[in-house]
Amino acid sequence: MSDEYYVKNDLSLVERFDKDNVVVAKLDDLINWGRAGSPWFFQFGLACCAIEMMAAAGPRHDLERFGMMPRATPRQADVMIVAGTVTLKMAERVKRLFEQMADPKYVISMGSCSNSGGPYWQHGYHVLKGVDIVVPVDVYIPGCPPRPEALIQGILELQKKIKLDTPLRKKS
Amino acid sequence: MSISDILTDQFKDSVEFSDQQNCLFIKDPSKWDKISLFIKNDKRMKFNYLMCISGYDLDDGVNLGLAYNFSSTELKTYLEVRIEFAYLTHIPSVTPLWRAADWHEREAYDLFGILFDNHPDMKRILLPDDWEGHPLRKDYITPEYYKGMPVPKDKSYWE
Repeated sequence: MSDEYYVKNDLSLVERFDKDNVVVAKLDDLINWGRAGSPWFFQFGLACCAIEMMAAAGPRHDLERFGMMPRATPRQADVMIVAGTVTLKMAERVKRLFEQMADPKYVISMGSCSNSGGPYWQHGYHVLKGVDIVVPVDVYIPGCPPRPEALIQGILELQKKIKLDTPLRKKS
Repeated sequence: MSISDILTDQFKDSVEFSDQQNCLFIKDPSKWDKISLFIKNDKRMKFNYLMCISGYDLDDGVNLGLAYNFSSTELKTYLEVRIEFAYLTHIPSVTPLWRAADWHEREAYDLFGILFDNHPDMKRILLPDDWEGHPLRKDYITPEYYKGMPVPKDKSYWE
C-alpha cells in the first residue's frame, strides 16, 4: 500500500512495516476504522424522505461506496435513518426497532418532519414533534426533503463522529 | 326527465334537490338505504361507481355531514348526494352496494365519529385503536400526552 492510501483513509497509524504487512496502531483506531467504513443502514422509510433515501441508495448516488448497505432487519443494522414523518402511531414502532438493534447503533434524523415535526409543527395532532423525543439522534439533516447530497453529507458527518469514538474506554 | 326530477318524484318529502349547490340533500337519514338502492339499480340511474365519501363538520356544535359523489360509467352522468344530521345519528352503510364505501366509511368514523349501521368491519382505519376522540371534529381537544409522548408543541421540552 502506498502512503497516499493511508492518508486518504485517515488512518492514524503509529508505525507500519510495508514489507511484512504489519501495522502498529491503537486498537481504538482500528475498531473505529472498521465501524466507520461499513455503517449498514436499516432499510425502512416513513414518508417522502424515503424516496430521496432510495435515490441516494440507487446507482446514481450509490451509498455503497461508503460501505452502506440496506439491511431489512434491525439485528444486522448499525444506522437507523429516520426518513419521514414520525406519527405517534409509528413512534412506538420506531422506538421498539431502535431497541432491537445491536450496539453500536446510530440514528440519523432525515428531514424537517423527524427533526421537529416540520409542517405538522403547529396543527399536527398525530405527529411526534421530533424523533429525538423517543430515540437518541446523532446527526440531523435539514431539508424538506433533503437532497441525496445532503444525506451523503450527513453520513460523512456520522463517520467523522464514529472515528472520534473511544470504544475501549468505559463510558461514565 | 332529469336525474333530479326522477329522484324528487320518487322520494317526494325525504329529498330536496339544490340547484345552487348542484346536489341532492337527504332530509331523512333513515331513508338513505332505500334511496341508495334506487340510484344503484334503477335503469335511469345506474350509478355503478362511488367516487368518494367526504365527511364534514358544520361547526354549529350539533350537526355533521356526509357528501357522496357518484358517477355512472354507462350513462356518463354524475350525482352528488349530501346528508346532514345530528351527532350520534346512525347512518345506513352503503358498503353492500359499493365496496369502495368500506374504507371511506371507516375513515369518516375514525376522523368524525360518524356511526354506520350494517358495516362489515366498523373500526378505526388510520389512528391507533386506543385513540380518544375524533380529531377532525371542531370540538376536538388535542391531548397533552399520548403514551408518554408530548402531542402539542411543547417548547419547554427542548428549550
